[in-house]
Amino acid sequence: MRKLTALAATTLLLAGCAAGKTAAPPPATLTVWADDSRAATLQRIAATFEKDRGVQVKIVQKAMGNLRDDFVSQAPSGQGPDVIVGPHDWLGKLVQNGVVAPLDLSAKAALFSKAAMAAMTYDGQTYGLPYAIESVAVLRNTKLVPTAPATFDELVARGKSLVKAGKSTYPVGLPVDPKAGSPFHLYALQTSFGSQVFGPGGELEIDNPGGLKFAAYLKRLAADKAVSTSLTGDIATNAFVKGETPFLVTGPWDAPALAKTGVPFAVDPVPPAGKEKARPFAGVQGFFVSAKSANPILANDFLVNYLATPQAQKALHAAGGRPPAMTSVREELAGDPVLAGFAEAAAEGVPTPNVPQMDAVWADWGLSQLAIITGQGDPAELTRKAAERIRAKIGS
Amino acid sequence: MRALRFLPLAVADALAVYGLVALGGQRSWWMFALLLAGTVAVNAIYLSKRAVPAKYLAPGIVLLLIYQVYVVLYTGYAAFTNYGDGHNATKSDAVAAILAASEVKTGESRPIRVVEKDGELGFQSGPGWRALPYAEIVARQAEIVKLRVPAEGGVLKTADGVTAALYRPTLTYSGDTFTDTAGTVYRDDGRGAFTSAGGRSLSPGWKVFVGAENFTSVLTNAEIRGPFLGVLVWTFVFAALSVALSFGFGLVLALILDGYRVYRSLLVFPYAFPAFMAALLWQGLLNTDHGFVNEVLLGGATVPWLSDPWLARLSVLAVNVWIGFPYMFLICTGALQAVPRQLAEAAQVDGAGPWRVLASVRLPLLLASTAPALVATFAFNFNNFNVIYMLTGGGPRDAGAPIDVGSTDLLISLVYKLAFGGSSRDYGLACAVSILIFAVIAAVSLAGFRRARRLEAAA
Repeated sequence: MRKLTALAATTLLLAGCAAGKTAAPPPATLTVWADDSRAATLQRIAATFEKDRGVQVKIVQKAMGNLRDDFVSQAPSGQGPDVIVGPHDWLGKLVQNGVVAPLDLSAKAALFSKAAMAAMTYDGQTYGLPYAIESVAVLRNTKLVPTAPATFDELVARGKSLVKAGKSTYPVGLPVDPKAGSPFHLYALQTSFGSQVFGPGGELEIDNPGGLKFAAYLKRLAADKAVSTSLTGDIATNAFVKGETPFLVTGPWDAPALAKTGVPFAVDPVPPAGKEKARPFAGVQGFFVSAKSANPILANDFLVNYLATPQAQKALHAAGGRPPAMTSVREELAGDPVLAGFAEAAAEGVPTPNVPQMDAVWADWGLSQLAIITGQGDPAELTRKAAERIRAKIGS
Repeated sequence: MRALRFLPLAVADALAVYGLVALGGQRSWWMFALLLAGTVAVNAIYLSKRAVPAKYLAPGIVLLLIYQVYVVLYTGYAAFTNYGDGHNATKSDAVAAILAASEVKTGESRPIRVVEKDGELGFQSGPGWRALPYAEIVARQAEIVKLRVPAEGGVLKTADGVTAALYRPTLTYSGDTFTDTAGTVYRDDGRGAFTSAGGRSLSPGWKVFVGAENFTSVLTNAEIRGPFLGVLVWTFVFAALSVALSFGFGLVLALILDGYRVYRSLLVFPYAFPAFMAALLWQGLLNTDHGFVNEVLLGGATVPWLSDPWLARLSVLAVNVWIGFPYMFLICTGALQAVPRQLAEAAQVDGAGPWRVLASVRLPLLLASTAPALVATFAFNFNNFNVIYMLTGGGPRDAGAPIDVGSTDLLISLVYKLAFGGSSRDYGLACAVSILIFAVIAAVSLAGFRRARRLEAAA
């Protein structure tokens, strides 16, 4: 027994020494968190970087839903990634929690569209490298509706006449989340009445005269059955694929899957419902560097010199189908009608506000839309009440 | 052969040594000490000849400590802090983040060389200074990005190790206060933020202890108290009705189907189905315009099953009973078979009718054996997150409430919304509410089990 104990102790010691040796020289490893739609592409782009710099790049695939929150909670411990990929409207939360580092793109900033760079800016500092800018547009079944309607009223009218003729089931496929409303998809219509979420001075504007006009319009849409709280994104997309609705309001993220189904469609910007231009929300996808990254120079090098290149931006576009944010790449791809349609829509777009208070805004805003659609009161009154509650929460 | 017994221990020790080296490298001495103590204890247990019971219990206890006790202690700790959005990390992290965001770029980037002399870093080359190759820049990158070289009109700093630009700091940090260019002073306000005399705070803040504030705010803050009490009442109603209805349903079916094997097997189906899948399916079935229930069963009616507050409560209860009754049915079937036939026969001989036999003999005996299961089911439904989250997400939302809360929210889904939900995350408050939930469940279960023991004694 004595001998055995000694043997065991020696084994343990040896094992421990071996483990200690491998832990000693830390090889420079850059960790990137990305969702499944871009992980593979990033790994390919990173291969050149690994070779040039003699370092390792570890792409960790994470579900989009958890990525931001996991990053916020893990970054302070130093265990988080060096770089994450995500939409620009995370930025407010990331800055509020001090987990994102300012990024100096210097000369590269001029290669991207102004809207994309504006979206990556918070409080005067640039924090991210953009690569895609996207917004919702109207997908039109070209077999059912050969030409693009000029106004949203015309669009609804065409849809209704198709329903009457028995050629489709729903006049418009306008996705509404039965729990959260649809402020994102409806925003283009709202802006066409001259109501933005935040005005030029940063004050809430959803209940200005234009906003109230939009609320009344939304009620009319509901009466026309052009919008309903039970037509979720899944049901609307499914209906569009089956030809049960001539129009679908959605973004470029759905386009690759829809193209595979063979339904013939064209992409037009959302037509205005009011007198002004319809300007949808634009979402900008980009890369952010952790404030607690142990590899700040490597991360910067990777972003500025390897991801902010036309080849990398093109590869990222090819993987996800999102319209590129780099101006030269977008011009190069102008021959693709679907992409051109979404790019045209995004060109009119306004970046979704990236302030952390947006979370509170979405909730009440969407709720008031649900109440209007289901006819739970006077649209103007519901909108005003929602705006009051939002003001109380965000103190503006 | 006997040496093989030590193989698992050797592997565990190797891992522990690796962990100790890694923790030592990160200077986390608390974790280092804990791991060391744990390793020594485990080795002592398995290398000694005595302590045989400990040999069996040690793996379980280690897992218990990691997965249960640690989580419970951390919840207890977080409940007394302001951990959440805006108070996410330590004070030094917050200071670093504020400083980083306060530097405004004023000049174009221009090429530089990072140089070194006697361990000191700089940007300009000169006699005695040695330019660093890229590999060394990478090796010392954390130091290099922190480097600020004073220059005309600000400081030079580099982000990539090969170019630098002029930056002008808009805040200066000294003596634990920030001062901006206008001369406003921001002091540590003791609540995890730097705040000026005018009440403006710098972002981000950091995590601090706030005492029992999270607990008291649940009870005193009118904005939280109102929704909290409403949710508390509904949680009790939901849990009690879920238990009562599924038990009643299960019992009746068990009595009726005594002997019908095929039906009995069929009834177990909802139980064999994963509960969250069932809830998701029901969400689709109950869709107002496109759901099976409205479209087919009710001939195209548009009943707002999940969007009207009262109907949503009814739907949640109905679905939960659908999911839960097979369990009760199984338990009742088993318990009924355990009631001795002779007792019922004896009652019949004494002249009791079938109702009397059921009410006075079989049911009391059945209750005695099923009561503990009922208490456990109550506790389970009290925290039945899956059904609520998958079916309604707590909604329809109460538009008037100041926090994100809906008419079918249970306490546990409210906690989820506070901690991870749509609006600002508040882990501290969520932990405090979790502890309150624990207190409620512990009290109810204790009372319930006492009752059950008395029933058992009576039977």
